[in-house]
Amino acid sequence: MIEHQSSDDRRKTSASLDEARLRQQAIGVRLRQMFDEVVNEPVPEEFLDILRKADKRAPEKR
Amino acid sequence: MARAASTDDPFKRELVGLIPHLRAFARTLCGDPSAADDLAQDAMMKAWDARESFQMGTNMKAWTFMILRNQFYSEKRRSWRQTQLDQETAERTLVAVDDPSARVALDELRLGLGMLPPEQREALILVGAGGFAYEEAAEICGCAVGTVKSRVSRARRALHSILETGAYDHDGAAAGDAMRAILADAERLSTVR
Repeated sequence: MIEHQSSDDRRKTSASLDEARLRQQAIGVRLRQMFDEVVNEPVPEEFLDILRKADKRAPEKR
Repeated sequence: MARAASTDDPFKRELVGLIPHLRAFARTLCGDPSAADDLAQDAMMKAWDARESFQMGTNMKAWTFMILRNQFYSEKRRSWRQTQLDQETAERTLVAVDDPSARVALDELRLGLGMLPPEQREALILVGAGGFAYEEAAEICGCAVGTVKSRVSRARRALHSILETGAYDHDGAAAGDAMRAILADAERLSTVR
């Protein structure tokens, strides 16, 4: 009986540790997703235009 | 006049490949997407102009992030917070995500991030989202590795408790809602990853 209870408690403690870890992990996943969302957007043509123009100012082409 | 094309080309290729990452980092710094793109373009051009001083084979991503960060702090420091909190919430709410809990999670995470001290926020973003090692993040931010480590861990704890208690300025959201939404969402996402 007593054995049963203490292992029950232990399970509870490790469950709350798991929970805390899970929460941190969840935030981490979310954070990466927020960042990747922008990374995965198509690059606006403007960026490449600017670079192309700058490249033309340089003596050589690509 | 006579610069070898062969040294410039790989530089340009790599720089172009980094544009999406520069945009993402800029977005986390200024919030407002069009201001962020201006910042990313400025940083891209700064990097381009400084290409002679870049050593191919070294970490160009860290180098360009450092340029972008310096640019941001020299120009836009004053106004970022307001822009981030107002504009971005509005913006994000318009981007209708099909899953309402996902939208809540995104809004609250951004608001939560906005409440962190800037140096903690950027450390967390570089390491937690940008995929940089602590050493690289330290180089980008111009501080010691130990400083980055402690900023990241403080940021994690603070963000967790902000989300847990719903301590951000946001009407209507009950305490704990954001955390629940993030958890629900992460479960879905982790199966994708």
